[in-house]
Amino acid sequence: MSISIDDVHHIARLARLGVTDERAESLVRELNTILTHMDVLSRVDTSGAQPVSGVGAAGLPLRADVGPQIPLDRAREDFAPKMKDGFFLVPRLSTHEDAQES
Amino acid sequence: MTDVLDFSASSLQMAIASGETTARRAVDATFDRMRDVGAGRDGLNILLYQDRHDALTRAVECDADASEQRTRPLNGVPVVVKDNIATSVMPTSCGSKILDGYVSPFAATAIRKLTDAGAIIVAKSNMDEFAMGSSTEHSAFGPAKNPLSHDRVPGGSSGGSAAAVAAGITRIALGSETGGSVRQPAAFCGVVGVKPTYGRVSRFGLVAFASSLDHIGVVGRTVDDAAIGLETISGHDPLDSTSAVEPVPSFRDAAHGGLTGIVIGKPKEYFPDDLDPRIRERCDAALDRLRSLGADVRDVSLPHTKLAIEVYYIIAPAEASSNLARFDGVRYGCRVEGDGLGAMYEATRSNGFGPEVTRRILLGTYVLSAGYYDAYYRKAQQVRGLIAHDFAKVFSSGVHLLFTPTTPTTAFPLGSKADPYEMYLSDIFTVTANLAGVPAMSIPIGRIDGLPVGGQFIASHFDERQMFVAAYALERALGAAALQ
Repeated sequence: MSISIDDVHHIARLARLGVTDERAESLVRELNTILTHMDVLSRVDTSGAQPVSGVGAAGLPLRADVGPQIPLDRAREDFAPKMKDGFFLVPRLSTHEDAQES
Repeated sequence: MTDVLDFSASSLQMAIASGETTARRAVDATFDRMRDVGAGRDGLNILLYQDRHDALTRAVECDADASEQRTRPLNGVPVVVKDNIATSVMPTSCGSKILDGYVSPFAATAIRKLTDAGAIIVAKSNMDEFAMGSSTEHSAFGPAKNPLSHDRVPGGSSGGSAAAVAAGITRIALGSETGGSVRQPAAFCGVVGVKPTYGRVSRFGLVAFASSLDHIGVVGRTVDDAAIGLETISGHDPLDSTSAVEPVPSFRDAAHGGLTGIVIGKPKEYFPDDLDPRIRERCDAALDRLRSLGADVRDVSLPHTKLAIEVYYIIAPAEASSNLARFDGVRYGCRVEGDGLGAMYEATRSNGFGPEVTRRILLGTYVLSAGYYDAYYRKAQQVRGLIAHDFAKVFSSGVHLLFTPTTPTTAFPLGSKADPYEMYLSDIFTVTANLAGVPAMSIPIGRIDGLPVGGQFIASHFDERQMFVAAYALERALGAAALQ
């Protein structure tokens, strides 16, 4: 499998990364070089091998559905760019410009 | 009187407790040493942030005449911390422009445990951006230099931490590992580096790169310094759901253990035909010492080792592409405005991430994308299972420890590895322990042309103590030979 310049632009969009055409061309070469080495895995017999997503001894423990208190050393107001009525203000999803007015 | 910088971590604590010296003297000497070796950005570039004022404030508390304070295990001991472990005093920028100037509102659990034990955090160390690299050349703040040879890399990604200990600034530094980023720089800088079992040390406050592979580890000037550091930060933490509920034995007690009856495996895959013969010779000499101390050395095989780099460089970028999505200019990261929300995300991320991080995010996004998931990501997860099984099989066959070279080469010259894949091969002997979650450590076993060589012990899950028994014994047996 090899990666094309269209693939690079596609995955850059998925990853929310702006990539110039010049950089995309070098990324095609770099990623294909790396992926060529990965192809060795396709020749490994993994029939019966379960995919491993983590190596914790006994999986994740269950806990009550409340998050533990994070011990903050500073008040939220000190590190949030903007707050209103105890909530963080973030850019509006539909139009970023509107968020600046809110 | 002993120079305060010559004290080991434990002897400094005792010297402060007895009144022989003070924490203030230790802190002053530490900052003087930083200046003398040129540890800052205009010199070796191994430290990104220092806070003398805060360190001296802590030192005054450590010197207070309260016996309870003075008996804390690291009371007054200065410690350097990698720049991806959250501290609420100095910035935590992960060696990245996107987090330049970011100060965490909370401290990592490992930091809280250190400061509760009396340690004084004096500086944050340079690193490859978001821990993606093996040389500390991929830092947005410029490459770090190896204090033993200024035209060579200190290794990475915890290169600044290993270099700080090698330069005599502190006896203990915290680093982090995803594929060998504590052990490899420790080997390149001639110091001790230990990666515990996955789950032994809380990851709360460690900025995530690849969550199933990330570990906090410890760099020490000696095995004892590393042991007391790891002992202090280990243990269950409700703030990290992957932290293990396992008792923490005394790693320092391992100094009194012996090797009689201990079986040490020599895995043939870590001694390939093309291994530098001088590294092979240093490892064989170390194995001879271990034999003379009573260990039974056996040849063993971990057949899937040769696939570890490929597996690692699929799984780690895949997890990174997800974890680093939070750096979007809204949740985290220096915002760069654009024409609309999507453009703002792209401008922020493209401006903030360096080339290696960008490459890995794209690689990870690709292997997780529709049509490629099974061929790459799922396949890599399956082979990861085979690698973990290799370790389980060999440790269930009566082998207590494995011994290998830590790295295939000594520290390489700055700028000498332009091909990303060639750089990835620096981790060939270390990534397996991260993939399997088993503990491993590197200790100095000799030098080649003045450059340090590391030998690596690997143990089974939660058997760090056995690893420390062997490391203490080998360190004692090698003595000055480790410096030749």
